[in-house]
This record gives sequence, C-alpha cells and structure tokens, in this order.
Amino acid sequence: MKKIGFQAAAIALALGFAWYLVANTVDNLAARNIASGFGFLGREAGFEIGETGGLAYGAADTYLRALAVGLGNTFRVAVLGIVGATVLGFLVGLGRLSENPLVRGATAAYVEFLRNTPLLVQLFFWYALITEAFPSPREALSPLPGVFLSNRGIFFPLPGSWPVLEGFNFSGGGHLSPEFAALLAGLVLYTATYIAEIVRAGILSVPKGQLEAARALGLERRPTLRHVVLPHALRVIVPPLSSQYLNLVKNSSLAVAIGYPDFVSVANTAINQTGQAIEGVALIMAVYLTISLALSALMNWCNARLLARG
Amino acid sequence: MKRLFLLALAFCSLAHAQQSTLDAVRARGTVACGTNTGLAGFSQPDSKGVWRGIDVDVCRAVAAAVFGDASKVRYVPATTQQRFTALQSGEVDLLSRNTTWSFSRDAGLGFNFTGVNFYDGQGFMVWKKLNVKSAKQLNGATICVQPGTTTELNLADYFRANRMTFKPVVIDKLEEVLNAYFAGRCDVFTTDMSGLVSVRGSRAPNAAEHVILPEIISKEPLGPLVRHGDDRWFDIVKWSLYAMIEAEELGLTSRNIDEQARTSKDPSVQRFVGASGDLGKMLGLDNRWAFNIVKQVGNYGESFEANLKPLGFERGQNALWKDGGLMYSPPIR
Repeated sequence: MKKIGFQAAAIALALGFAWYLVANTVDNLAARNIASGFGFLGREAGFEIGETGGLAYGAADTYLRALAVGLGNTFRVAVLGIVGATVLGFLVGLGRLSENPLVRGATAAYVEFLRNTPLLVQLFFWYALITEAFPSPREALSPLPGVFLSNRGIFFPLPGSWPVLEGFNFSGGGHLSPEFAALLAGLVLYTATYIAEIVRAGILSVPKGQLEAARALGLERRPTLRHVVLPHALRVIVPPLSSQYLNLVKNSSLAVAIGYPDFVSVANTAINQTGQAIEGVALIMAVYLTISLALSALMNWCNARLLARG
Repeated sequence: MKRLFLLALAFCSLAHAQQSTLDAVRARGTVACGTNTGLAGFSQPDSKGVWRGIDVDVCRAVAAAVFGDASKVRYVPATTQQRFTALQSGEVDLLSRNTTWSFSRDAGLGFNFTGVNFYDGQGFMVWKKLNVKSAKQLNGATICVQPGTTTELNLADYFRANRMTFKPVVIDKLEEVLNAYFAGRCDVFTTDMSGLVSVRGSRAPNAAEHVILPEIISKEPLGPLVRHGDDRWFDIVKWSLYAMIEAEELGLTSRNIDEQARTSKDPSVQRFVGASGDLGKMLGLDNRWAFNIVKQVGNYGESFEANLKPLGFERGQNALWKDGGLMYSPPIR
C-alpha cells in the first residue's frame, strides 16, 4: 500500500513539474510579447525553396505548404537512401565473405574506411567534389546526347522534354541537384557499411552444419545461399537492419549543412522568420517521431512474418 | 515527501521573482553582449583575441556607461539562428550583431531596437565572366543565400516584384555558403552591401573575378536590441549609442575629452561630460557615464574610422546628418 502511495506521489510530482514548465513558458512568452501557437502555418512564407520535388510552391504560398515541400524532400532522400543502402549493403556484406581475396580486401577496406569517419565530413567531401570537379553549365560535359553534367547537377532527357541551355542554366528535362546527389551518396555509402556488417554477421551466424548438409545434398553455391543460408540469416539481420533504417532517416537531417532543403532546413528557416522556436522544434520532433515509429512498426511486421514462416 | 513538495513550491516562486537587468548586470560584474561569430569590421576577434568592430564598440560603450570600464564585457558569439533565442532567454543582456531593425522583429519577437549604428542595404555579387550589368538581368540565376535572414525574404520579394525566377541554394554557415559560391555552384551571392564588400575583400580567391551590382534592393538599418520588459535597460543601451553619435557632433574625441571637460564653456559639452546637470542619475548611472564612453571607446566617427575605413567603407549614409548622412542623435539634455 505504501509503495502505491509513493508511486502516485512520484507521478503527481512529475506531472506537476511538467505543468509548471509549460505554464511558465506560456506566461513568459506572453509577458515578452512573443507570439505563440500554430497560427503562423497559415501565413505567407515569403521565401523560395530550391527543390520542390514536383510539388507546386512559390514564395506566396503558406508556411504549411513550405513545410510539406520540406517533408516531401526528406521522404525522397530517405526512401531512395534506404533502397540504395540495402542493395549496396547486401552486396558488400556478401563480398566480405567471398572466396576471392581481392573482393574480400576491397570490401573490407571500403567498410572500415567509411564506417570510421564522421558522416558530416563525408557529406562536405561529396558536396565539394561535385561542385569543384564539374565545369560550369556553359561548359557542361555531355557523356550521352541530352545528358549534361555540370556543377549545377545532372540534367537528363525525359519523354517529351529535353534539357536546353538557357541563360544561366539548363531548363527542361529531369534534374538531380548537387545537394541531393551529395546527400544521397553520403547516406547510402555510409549506411551501407553498417548494413554490410549486419549481413555478414547474419550469414556467419548460420550453423556450419546447415552448409555441410546442403553440400551433402549436392546443392550448388547459389541455391545454397538462397534456400538455406539467407532464410536463416534474415532472422538475425532484420532487427538490427531496422535501426540502421531509422539512423538513415534521422541522419538525413544533416542536409541542412550542405543546403538540401529537407524538413529540418525548411523548419529552421520558418523558425527564424517567425521567431516561434518552440512550435517549430515541436513540429520537427513530431515529424521524426512519426516517421521513426511508422518505420519501426513496418519492420516489426516484416520480422513477425519472417518468424511465422518458420 | 511533503517537504520536497514545499521545496519545489519555494523554488517556483523564487524563479518568478523579477530582477532588473541593470541590477543583474551589476551583480555579475559584466555586460553579456551577443555578437557576430566573426564579421570583419563589425565584430571579430583580432590576432590577439581582442574583440573589435563597430558592433563590439556598442557593447563596450554600455559597459563604460554602467561600470566606468569598457572592458567589462562578456562576448557571446551567436549565429543568425541562435541570436534571438539568446536574447529572449536572457543569456545575453543585449544583442549587437548587425541585425536588421524590422517591424515584425520589433513587434512580434518581443524586442526593442535601441537605434541604428549602421545603415545598410542588400546587394548582389556576381561572377564577372557572366557579363551581368544589372540585377534585372538575373532571371533564372542560381543564388547562394544564408537562411533565416531578412536577406532571404527581400530576395524572394525582389524577384516576385520583377516577375523573374531564381533557384536558391540555402546554407546556414557563412563559410560553407561562400565555398559553394566560389566553387561556382551559384551565379550570385546576396547579402547586405557591407557583407559583400567585406567578403570580396577578405575571402575571395581573386577579388577581380567578382562584381557587385549597382542595385540596392532593401533598407537594412542595423542596430542593437534588447528584450521587452525593462525600460530602464532599454534607455541605457539606447543613450549609450546616442552618446557616441552626439560626441562626434560636439567634436569630442577620446583624445581631447579630458581637456574639453576641463576647459570648455559650452553648456552642451558640460552637460555631456557630467560637469553640470544630473543626466547620468536619470539613467541610474554615474554622472560621468557619457564621458567614460567617449574616453574609453571613442565617438561614432572614431569607431567607424578604426573598424570600417581599413576595409574600404565610405561614410556615405552613415555620416552625421549635418554632413549629409543619416546619423542623428536626439538632444542629450
């Protein structure tokens, strides 16, 4: 009975403290005449965004729409990043177990080098490489007809639309910006090293007897991998893989350092223009929490299915 | 348990007790002043680690007025994104960080701007090889800009008003955004004219490769600011800056003020140095507050000469009103 009393008191104290913090903040904001609430979302944003990922957006649109564009950009890089990192990670993980010493050595060097340097530094490196190494748009490289490489990124033809040099830059066709390319390359190459190690560990966790049994049945190397090793290994691989996906999504917020307009970058600008830091930061946290919990639920579901299959 | 609760309650009521900024500053022994992380001529540490610049001189003037010692300043460098939170939260007593005075900042963020110590305006720097002569020719250009500034908004407004489009590349750190521009990622870099002059002179690998376009697309009055809720402190910061401007008008400099204080029969000078009247007491300060500012920091013109002249700045709009500029102090009497 006494224990319950203590717990109730502890909860009451925690709630009381939280209430005090919130009330105090609201009081202080009001006392200093600082606007609060989410009313700013409906106001005109007044700033431009470099990449809109297909959404129509202009400076006359609202903050809400600007944030939606930022969220779209975050999704774009996160989804492509997860796909890319998974494919590369599996290939490199298998490469580290290869019988060919050259493949083994090369993949080991790649993993150790990229896994042990900070991601932010790598992003600066890729961004500098793209902007410094490629020529200006007027002297763009054209490896294939209609494809142009310059320090403004890659322009490529789309059905019915061909990139043309017009004034300062190309227009028409499809376009990948240097910021997007640098961020995607950085996230994929960095996260793939961790995934490779997870894949390698997963495969090594399969008991040797299974392999010997498969060989005794006369199975070739490829079918052994597909039908014997991977089904076992995946059970070990999927749970830590989920955390790498979550890391990738959260790491995509480093975009702000190299000028890719992701959600954090747009929200930061909104915070500065409106001065409503508390609301802005709350939005950022809510968005990442939602993405992470959704992704986590999805991966748990995958894992449960994998286990159910037996 | 009960005792803990009472303790928490006592703590809460203590935290609510308001203390005036002047009392807090006196108790601490220094003025906490928010400055730029490094902008030549405005606020930047020199080779010996001493902060210098016209914004820094405002911090020093306030310290001279409050303590009679211009060195009693604690500098808190802040980025464009941190600066307002630092002031709102009370981490700094004033912000003197090339910040544009605008309506929404004054009315919406809970601040009071105390005056203008530099009249500026936004401009464009372009690669010379692009052969651009006017900002009106920038349709379709890629433009490097820092986020969270009035610069970003003016840029969008200017292109909308002139029915042109552009691609922004928005990077927070000055270093990185300049790297992107100098690497050719952008055709144009935009910020206040003062920033363009300073950057072209001190950061460009080859200054001759860049031109600053003639158009000035905005008014950027830069000045110090304080938070709402303490009118006495607002007055102190405001009149510390005006004292520097008034001193230039009265011909008082750090070199001649000792002698002028002794010999001048001009009643304006006598009031200014505190030999007559009690202007200092009205601010809750020593009567020699203005004398100390000029003696230790110098007048506005001296500050401009020492910090901005070497970088190639002309007085222009920042000359005294009687010399055709905009610098004007209300009468100190």
